[in-house]
Amino acid sequence: MVDWPRLKLSRRGVLAGTTVTAVAVGAPAFTEASAPPAAQPVPTASVTFSVNGRERRLALDPRTTLLDALREHLHLTGTKKGCDHGQCGACTVIVQGKRINSCLSLAVMHEGHEITTIEGLGTPDRLHPMQAAFIRHDGYQCGYCTPGQICSAVAVLDEIARGIPSHVQDDLTASPRATAQEMRERMSGNICRCGAYSNIAEAMADVAGDNA
Amino acid sequence: MKFNVPATNNPIDRMSVVGRAQDRIDGPLKTTGLAPYAYEHREAANPAYGYVIGAAIAKGSFRWLNLDAVRAAPGVISVVTAEDAGTLGKGQFNTVKLLGGPEVDHYHQAIAIVVAETFEQARAAAAMARVDYDRAQGRFDLDRALKAAPIVGNGGQPATVGDFGAAFAAAPVKIDAEYTTPDQTHAMMEPFASIAAWQGDELTIWTSNQMIDWGRGDLARTLGMPKEKIRFLSPYIGGGFGGKLFLRTDAVLAALGARAAARPVKVALPRPFIANNSTHRPATRQRIRIGATPDGTITAIAHESGSGDQPGGGPETATGQTELLYAGANRLTALRLAVLDLPEGNAMRAPGEAPGMMALEVAMDEMAEKLGMDPVAFRIKNDTQVDPARPERRFSQRQLVRCFSEGAEQFGWSRRNAVPGKVRDGRWLVGMGVAAAFRNHINRTSGARVHLDPDGLVTVETDMTDIGTGSYTIIAQTVAEMMGVPIASVKVKLGSSAFPVAAGSGGQWGAANATAGVYAACVKLREAVLQSLGFDASDALFEDGHVRSGNRSTELRKAAAAGRLTAEDRIEFGELAEKWQISTFGAHFVEVGVDAYTGATRIRRMLAVCAAGRIINPKSARSQVIGAMTMGVGGALMEELAVDRRFGFFVNHDLASYEVPVHADIPHQDVVFLEEADDKANPMKAKGVGELGLCGVAAAIANAIYNATGVRVRDYPITLDKHLNQLPPLT
Amino acid sequence: MRAFTYERATDPVAAARAVAQRPGARYIAGGTNLLDLMKLEVETPTHLVDVQDLGFTRIERTPQGGLRIGALVTNTDLAADDHVRRDYAVLSRAILAGASGQLRNKATTGGNLLQRTRCPYFYDTNMACNKRRPGSGCAAIGGYSRQLGVVGVSTSCIATFPGDMAVALRVLDAMVETIDAHGQTRSIPIAGFHRLWEDKPQQDTVLAPGELITAVTLPPPLGGQHFYEKVRDRASYAFALVSVAAVIQPDGTGRVAFGGVAPKPWRVEAAEALLPQGADAVTRQAFEGATPTKDNDFKLPLATRALAYVIAQAKA
Repeated sequence: MVDWPRLKLSRRGVLAGTTVTAVAVGAPAFTEASAPPAAQPVPTASVTFSVNGRERRLALDPRTTLLDALREHLHLTGTKKGCDHGQCGACTVIVQGKRINSCLSLAVMHEGHEITTIEGLGTPDRLHPMQAAFIRHDGYQCGYCTPGQICSAVAVLDEIARGIPSHVQDDLTASPRATAQEMRERMSGNICRCGAYSNIAEAMADVAGDNA
Repeated sequence: MKFNVPATNNPIDRMSVVGRAQDRIDGPLKTTGLAPYAYEHREAANPAYGYVIGAAIAKGSFRWLNLDAVRAAPGVISVVTAEDAGTLGKGQFNTVKLLGGPEVDHYHQAIAIVVAETFEQARAAAAMARVDYDRAQGRFDLDRALKAAPIVGNGGQPATVGDFGAAFAAAPVKIDAEYTTPDQTHAMMEPFASIAAWQGDELTIWTSNQMIDWGRGDLARTLGMPKEKIRFLSPYIGGGFGGKLFLRTDAVLAALGARAAARPVKVALPRPFIANNSTHRPATRQRIRIGATPDGTITAIAHESGSGDQPGGGPETATGQTELLYAGANRLTALRLAVLDLPEGNAMRAPGEAPGMMALEVAMDEMAEKLGMDPVAFRIKNDTQVDPARPERRFSQRQLVRCFSEGAEQFGWSRRNAVPGKVRDGRWLVGMGVAAAFRNHINRTSGARVHLDPDGLVTVETDMTDIGTGSYTIIAQTVAEMMGVPIASVKVKLGSSAFPVAAGSGGQWGAANATAGVYAACVKLREAVLQSLGFDASDALFEDGHVRSGNRSTELRKAAAAGRLTAEDRIEFGELAEKWQISTFGAHFVEVGVDAYTGATRIRRMLAVCAAGRIINPKSARSQVIGAMTMGVGGALMEELAVDRRFGFFVNHDLASYEVPVHADIPHQDVVFLEEADDKANPMKAKGVGELGLCGVAAAIANAIYNATGVRVRDYPITLDKHLNQLPPLT
Repeated sequence: MRAFTYERATDPVAAARAVAQRPGARYIAGGTNLLDLMKLEVETPTHLVDVQDLGFTRIERTPQGGLRIGALVTNTDLAADDHVRRDYAVLSRAILAGASGQLRNKATTGGNLLQRTRCPYFYDTNMACNKRRPGSGCAAIGGYSRQLGVVGVSTSCIATFPGDMAVALRVLDAMVETIDAHGQTRSIPIAGFHRLWEDKPQQDTVLAPGELITAVTLPPPLGGQHFYEKVRDRASYAFALVSVAAVIQPDGTGRVAFGGVAPKPWRVEAAEALLPQGADAVTRQAFEGATPTKDNDFKLPLATRALAYVIAQAKA
């Protein structure tokens, strides 16, 4: 059993941040310049938006992201938290007809918005064609990135239909087509560590073909 | 059921459900967002939120820790440090304790958990912890540490066959090359997450873990409580890749936080915390020497690998495959292990073989070139059907040669220009590469319980997990085949400590062993059914929801007319794996384009040909292989945890800075499974493919890059900076 | 994330006043970078002024024949605009090479100019960083610096500006329009918008406290061929190791700026004048005095080769 260091207040005046005493390291050791102010409770903010066609009114800590509002307050846990920093796409939802990362958006900024999550696309009994295509083409493995992939895939086909250009388009002024290369580029904001990409592209091509 | 003689004909051989491509039975839940992952279970009422505080240094101790502001922050219910937690044990599968303090063993080691009413409050409060650290000198430089690192295993001596030294010295053609592979992180999409709820002295934990019984046992050991008092549940797992084989910080701290808060507590590790807090695949430094006669016969082969780990940890066993993959009378392998103060190294998908093959299969390519042989022909020439160290042990099945020849045919290997740097397509230098795939099969005891209900529904319960591998579906297929019912009549319940202990998911052993355990339970259920129906066991057929014998036919469900029939058994293994070498094989073919201007590599085509026993579900097995190939692309081209050797941590600890492949990196991928049934493996005659699919991919890419550019890079990942200055001049 | 109060602005001057008068107040538009950093407490605003209702969402022709882009135009809408695609293709291409479809749907023109560096030591609050905490030191110097700057950096900071859009705006000679708490407006040439770190790496731009970006204006079209060549390890959704924005005229002259190499989009007019002599000549001058590290010295030949590709394309 080791001795637990006793907590000593104010040994150095105001206790300032995480301090590190460096031993023989070449680079500067870090010292916090200031301690944060004592946290005060913040009043909740209210927001009303529509999720999957149903109006929802929430009183939230303003820090609540759209993602956490969906998952923790509305218990719509189909939208996933993979990184919480806009680096994986698992939290993709469709807001006002456009896909976004719900982790990088405050819930209170979505007053009056129409939000569609994976639960709003289809249910096991009434699958959305993209959901059915993912099953048919095995476009998923662990399933965690899958709702985000499907929301993104639905939005990507819509973006192509609306003529939104992409990085891989040779002729910027032409209308994009739903080629494999286009879909792969446009889906690149949705990481799948299980590596179902090849099958997802085929699921999307299947749906795009049906729509053509 | 003891499996100690090769399997003979059994009901699985009908292959009416097993062996057929089957959509995943969990697909409708996963694609609609209704499958509950660890953080999403709602059985525990009114949960509070935990947020983990990690160490800001890699090695040393606190001088003091001030949590006053944390405790006073809005919404905070409790804070738990190692001091508050009292005496904690350490899991038998953990190298480093999961709650540090006052000693710190590695960067971002957990030092406390804050529990608050909301996630936002817990996160904000955690940032208010004030710690004064005394930083100690740590060991963070693998190259330096390896200089004095001992050989581990085999009594501290290299493992040898024949006389490698003399044979290599005498070999007319030889290579001697060094390869490096970096630290890698699993980067599964679902972060480590747990919900803990206490009822008196009983703990329920919803978590994300590949091995229910290991996790439950180690949680009990860590908390100092009886294992039987823990319910450990993990029905859906958002990827693991070895990172979730073991008990981790989230589960322990959720349990401690929930006890302190007297509330259920949910904890997810923040993404930027994961790479340093959890385990990783250790970097290696490898040396390979191969000697051969001019006709391409290997006479001497040596593979040495060094890696590092925390005190008490183990080596990355990168030399294992070299003992078995190719013939050669004189051999040497050795593993060196250095002590490092970086985060704990441990298993990641195909531990050992994945980095080992990254080196070996490039060495084979280099040797083929030196011999003036085609790399496929060189490998075929050195095929062996026996364990080279113990020739009396034959491989149970080994179709490596066929993997190469059929793969070469399908891929168009004959169109490869053997002279590197000669094929150009616009801005792209184009090259083809090949590598063997190899991964041993591992037998593990695995149990299951099967029920037949009066309505004809068959329910199977096992603590087996599905980490994306398709366990739900292949277990349903196994039951359907054994009991002669449609898949829709099978209910599969996984991932609970209430169920019989199964093989779990890891080491590519899950599919074969878990279904073999289900097979064993089904054999018992069939006996119970026959007894109930008064049938003679010897010629009974279970098919179409009926049991038939001679000219008698009865509905299966009638056997349970008087009440549910239940059978439980497990598969256990005898000496077959000692007598036979049981392994899986494959060949990877890759075509790359290397940008003649920038040196960036993009994959153009990929093909894997696998021979891995019976493929239970070709659809999900193919997905396992393409997923592994994708991870191989990451390993070849981009994945590297960058070590800061001054501060002792992985710098690029999020998903923006640790790059893994995205959609645009991956072309259409082709997979071929050779027909095979391995009767020495188990009654399913199945092995595994999930790790085989990774082994060799990166080397095939490396070889293709060399074929494209003429520049040999032996240091993974092969990023553009490593060959940019040696690329052919721009014209 | 520290607690903050939140208000939704309806008037630009009132918004500017709210931010100027309140220490710790910040604007939020798309939020894709700010919220990322707030979760890590790299950014710790105490008050957020949401500007989404201010209406800066139009792209319109200017009397001079150029284009005026509202600060709240999303990356997606800007890249998809017909005029931009036809006349300022380098801008469309730069935007489309950045981030992901989801992020481009949220990220705004003004916010994109203000995105902060991706230096991993800036992101890790346990590490010394003069940009995050002035005077604390720079852990990146002597550390892992593969992504970091090679030119225009200082002894206090070697971070880069990570964006793509601004690199294109730099070759287009865009102007950044702002308004302040007194209702004063000004136009800042993009060349002078981002600062070199020098002794004050905490200050990314020349904006004064509370100064709000309202629009970005583009001069009349340059003609020529437009290129944005972005080099990265993976094929998409990654920051540039090096990027090249270029507008090349039929006679081989043109403009060129580099991304991923410096604290700001890196354009040296005297160097681009050498375009007809080839990539080597341009980058030798553009990167004169560069101070790369062992980890990132490849960026110099990479910039040359990426530019060589652009020149070859222009000739093809």
